[in-house]
Amino acid sequence: MNHDPIESVGPPNPQFVLAPAAIWDLCKALVDRGYKVVGPTVRDGAIVYDELRSLDDLPVGWTDVQTGGSYRLKRRTDQSLFGYAVGPHSWKKFLHPPVQLLWQARKQKDGFQVVPEQQNATKYAFLGVRSCELHAIAIQDKVFLEGRYVDPIYRSHREGAFIVAVNCAEAGGTCFCVSMHTGPKASFGYDLALTEVIGEGEHYFVAEVGSERGAEVLAAVPHQDAASNARSAADAVVEQTARHMGRIMDTGGIKELLYRNYQHPRWDDVASRCLSCANCTMVCPTCFCTTVEDVTDLTGDHAERWRKWDSCFTMDFSYIVGGSVRASTKARYRQWMTHKLATWIDQFGTSGCVGCGRCITWCPVAIDITEEVGAIRESEAQHSASAPVSEGGERRANP
Amino acid sequence: MQTLEPLIKAHPFFERLEPAQLELIVGCVRNERHEEGKMLFREGEDANWFYVIRDGQLSLEVHVPGRGPVVFQTLREGDVLGTSWLFPPYRWQLSARVVRSTRLLAFDGKCLRGKCDEDHHLGYELVRRTAQILIKRLDAARLQLLDLYGVRA
Amino acid sequence: MASAPDINPTKAAGAGQNPAAAAPATSAVDPMLPIPYRIQRMRTETQETFTMHLEPVNGAPVMTFAPGQFNMLYVFGVGEVPISISGDPAKHNTLQHTTRTVGTVTRAMGDLKRGAVLGVRGPFGTSWPIGEASGRDVVVVAGGLGLAPLRPALCRLLAEREKYRRLVLLYGARSPEEVLFSAELERWGGKSGFDVCVTVDRATPSWTGHVGVVTTFISRAPFDASTALALVCGPEVMMRFALMELNHRGVSSDRTYLSMERNMKCAVGFCGHCQFGPAFICRDGPIFRFDRVEALFTTPEV
Repeated sequence: MNHDPIESVGPPNPQFVLAPAAIWDLCKALVDRGYKVVGPTVRDGAIVYDELRSLDDLPVGWTDVQTGGSYRLKRRTDQSLFGYAVGPHSWKKFLHPPVQLLWQARKQKDGFQVVPEQQNATKYAFLGVRSCELHAIAIQDKVFLEGRYVDPIYRSHREGAFIVAVNCAEAGGTCFCVSMHTGPKASFGYDLALTEVIGEGEHYFVAEVGSERGAEVLAAVPHQDAASNARSAADAVVEQTARHMGRIMDTGGIKELLYRNYQHPRWDDVASRCLSCANCTMVCPTCFCTTVEDVTDLTGDHAERWRKWDSCFTMDFSYIVGGSVRASTKARYRQWMTHKLATWIDQFGTSGCVGCGRCITWCPVAIDITEEVGAIRESEAQHSASAPVSEGGERRANP
Repeated sequence: MQTLEPLIKAHPFFERLEPAQLELIVGCVRNERHEEGKMLFREGEDANWFYVIRDGQLSLEVHVPGRGPVVFQTLREGDVLGTSWLFPPYRWQLSARVVRSTRLLAFDGKCLRGKCDEDHHLGYELVRRTAQILIKRLDAARLQLLDLYGVRA
Repeated sequence: MASAPDINPTKAAGAGQNPAAAAPATSAVDPMLPIPYRIQRMRTETQETFTMHLEPVNGAPVMTFAPGQFNMLYVFGVGEVPISISGDPAKHNTLQHTTRTVGTVTRAMGDLKRGAVLGVRGPFGTSWPIGEASGRDVVVVAGGLGLAPLRPALCRLLAEREKYRRLVLLYGARSPEEVLFSAELERWGGKSGFDVCVTVDRATPSWTGHVGVVTTFISRAPFDASTALALVCGPEVMMRFALMELNHRGVSSDRTYLSMERNMKCAVGFCGHCQFGPAFICRDGPIFRFDRVEALFTTPEV
């Protein structure tokens, strides 16, 4: 079961209405306060996250069509700003950079001197953070900020980050945040949360304030109080999204289910399909594994240590003297899925999965984590019913 | 020999044998003492005895041309030495050298073979107990074969 | 199949304590920064194994550590590897590591001379539960280089000899030439010390000691299996068989401890490489109480 952060009990957050143009005013207000605004933009046929320099950078009028192993952009019939789900990027590319210099070292007469890399903390403002992504950030907070050691790099980027969440109006083709209790409504961890209401000749945003900082920024942007019909329209958007999830995952007892089934034949089945390409780990918003590279220049007097994203799917990820512990694709897929859905719970107190569906969309062979769990669960049920095990499990359809 | 009977009875290899069986075995035993350095038996020789080590230490070795003798097991107090007496071709596959002077209970395997042919119950007991020793030796040999402490390329 | 592995990473207690952090050498502010330590002495142990004695470059005190812990050792411009501390924890003037040349970094390390400087991060990980051994027999089973991470525990046990009952050391090496710390083995085996049994996998007749796998000595070693504490370290296959023999003898899994090894890049629970089921070997290990990892230990490729 996923982490439901405790919201302060009290009156609901104040809500206001913004016109679409005000979104850019919001960005300008953030820039004025020293933030670097990053958000969604269309590039190379996908909606990715990058620095926004004008309103035109936003994916106005675009949506995405996602299913297992497929991602396409499609023109909408309206001018919606956030009418898509999630793309291949997640906010971890800013908070937990893919390539990072840790320190440099200079040879000296008496050994060497280590010069740590100064963390010039970019003050990020993230525009367009989905509820699943808020949970993913909270999950990575647990990894990097709440253990015995703190990652100074993550902290430097995270501490000042201003978050403008967006409540999803479109359920992605592979989304299952409802199953994971991570959405679609943003319920914590944001400074401002926007719900886009569009249709029938109207287009506006209902903004919810989540922090004093958010209130202060919003005050600088043209807005009105939200009347009750605006609030209900916003609620309806989210309810509609919740009813159109692309996937379902039954998470009841999932940790024990996977712990019981390390030797299940389904792992061989998925291994016959998996290319161990590591796409899933790259697009997953919670995957955090890294590797360290120690390099030196040609003179040998100057050394650097770099940290880079890594994936448990690589052959030498688990290498110790004599060979890799997880030599087979089967073992590596099992490691990834069992970590994401089971051992993560014992390590960090929550599931590692937020139901964003990226791993399903970006898998070249359309391996579907919800289907894999379902297959293991169903075959167990069939065993106990003394029935022969059928091949795979049927992916359950939308309700 | 009467003085050796309690020693035999007390040893795990002979536990829970029927009195009649025990008597047969006792009838085939003698006490032996060997000094350090002595070759108790050599590869290829007829195997007509087996031993229970009372004290001291022996090493099992194989002669490898160009390398000389290689020791791959030592045996000491309480260990049973010799299984080749029970199975054709009744020939030692290795040599046994006394590393520290030793006292042995030596059992006349040739005589016992005959008795096993007559009394299959006795035969079953001895084969069963010998098989247990062989299994343990096989497990150990496999571990040695893995060369776990060696540096892998 | 066994139930969920009972590794409780948030506590790590009982799996060897997380030692009270007495001036941890590695900065909590940035745990990826190595601290320069100079090589006081390099000693060849066997053909491929060597021991380094280190001290901080700037005259700062040598780090304190608990037996079983490890450091990340960095060779300038080459790389960094996890190596168990093999020194006597009571000796505060030196930091000792024993390792074997098996890869790029350890080979480069083995070529270093006295005076060369290494980067050190640590100490990391859980430790042998010496405190739990009070009043009990302690049986230590070591295989190959596994004797090195156990050595600090052996020193500690001997230093507080009166707290423990019988001490037994069973140590298996490949051949007589590869027996580590042979002079010390004799000292440890003194009258009031350990009952030491050294065995090798194969030898020539000039070796008058035992020949055979170390696991075969467990069944007859002189200790009370119903109360003894067992400490085991060596190649994983050897540990598996040793743990089976110990169990067979009656040493229950909750009185047996082992030291595990996995790929490590950071040693602080961030890089994800060292995971073994829910445990991070760098943080919840390397010392584990066996019952807590037993379920996964015999599952291949975990």
